[in-house]
Amino acid sequence: MQFLRRQLPVIIAFVVGLSMWVLFYVPTQKSLELQDGFTLWVRIIVGFAAVLGVLSVVNHHYNKIKAKRPGYAFSFITLGAFLLMALSGFIKAPLPGFAAGNNKPDSLHFWLYNNMMLPMQATMFSILAFFIASAAFRAFRARSMEATVLLVAACVTMLGRVPLGELMKLGDPIFLGGPAPIDFPWWSSWLLNVPNSAAQRGILLGVYLSQIAVAIRIIFGIERTYMGGGD
Amino acid sequence: MGETLGIWIAAGLTLMMFSFIYRDNVLFKIGEHLYLGLSVGYFINVQYWNTFYPEVFSRIVYDHNYVVIVPAVLGFFLLLRLVPSLSWLSRWSFAFYIGGFAGLAVPFVLNGLLLPQLTSTLVPFQPATSAAANLANINQVIILVAVFSVLIFFFFSLEHKKLVGSVSKVGLFFLMLGFGAAFGTTVMARVSLLVGRFQFLIEDWLMGRIFRAG
Repeated sequence: MQFLRRQLPVIIAFVVGLSMWVLFYVPTQKSLELQDGFTLWVRIIVGFAAVLGVLSVVNHHYNKIKAKRPGYAFSFITLGAFLLMALSGFIKAPLPGFAAGNNKPDSLHFWLYNNMMLPMQATMFSILAFFIASAAFRAFRARSMEATVLLVAACVTMLGRVPLGELMKLGDPIFLGGPAPIDFPWWSSWLLNVPNSAAQRGILLGVYLSQIAVAIRIIFGIERTYMGGGD
Repeated sequence: MGETLGIWIAAGLTLMMFSFIYRDNVLFKIGEHLYLGLSVGYFINVQYWNTFYPEVFSRIVYDHNYVVIVPAVLGFFLLLRLVPSLSWLSRWSFAFYIGGFAGLAVPFVLNGLLLPQLTSTLVPFQPATSAAANLANINQVIILVAVFSVLIFFFFSLEHKKLVGSVSKVGLFFLMLGFGAAFGTTVMARVSLLVGRFQFLIEDWLMGRIFRAG
């Protein structure tokens, strides 16, 4: 039993991982088919992982209502909205006032998506603008050299992307074919394309090397945290 | 009833979500829980119509391709995570797809991400025949210095003192420039969403429904 619980998963990860690694370097039709087959299998498994996530949310709110924990009334809204949205997508029969089917623009499913989910999603992300601004006010006080650089880079990037910034152009080009000292759109795109992409590249090179290291650790069974705790 | 009711409901929900700017309140909590329920319902539909129906149901019922029963069973084992006595079966599924992705990650990350990033960092200088070429060469030097110094900044096997310390300070300078630029673009993206919501409230709802109707 211990073999099935703890050793077989490591063997599966080793065999599947090594096969996928080797298949990448085998330029045959069969190899491509096997890789495509693996991708299909993973899509199906990940689909179930999504169901697991949904079941966890439903389970959490069901238990909250059952135990009458504080704020349990809101859980009724979550479960009700979940059922409404899920069923509207599964039921293909016409509903009063709406078109039949779930993939038509005037179906209930699309109506709920366009008039409820989408506006709330956009508003939720847009209010972050206020919180980013208040966080920036606290973080951007030029107390150190680093904070000042961050502040200047952020201001130049923002000014370069608004019409006001485009109007603020001052001075002659620093050198032939170069920018004016005050030319926010130019400096904004330079900041993004040169120092920003270089800094990101420095970070990404480290990330990629770590990804390869972790992948090798998983294949050879050194990294086993995906198995979770317990027996 | 579709359009007018839809705009009124969308406007109401937008204002409910905006009420959080004042402080956490019951209207926001209603909106928050409504959004959670709707998005989970939407997500399960997307999974069903994009994965389960075409990849599992259709293949088994219409194409008589029974091989997909194997990943479906492995997927079902994931759901056993919720049953403590059988949750160990989910390890087989995790091992299958995490192991497989680890195997794919090594060559893909190496050939598709790491090497192209290095290649675009180490490009040869252009002959100094025009102002644009000169500018490209200056940028190339900046990129080389920035990438090297940022890598040194994250290299902890050497103590950050003397020369290494100075180079890592240059790396920190470039990181701050990068973070500032990234912050600026994030703010602009959020602000454009905010402008979009205000446009909806003013043009579609206030001007389009209330004042026009009045």
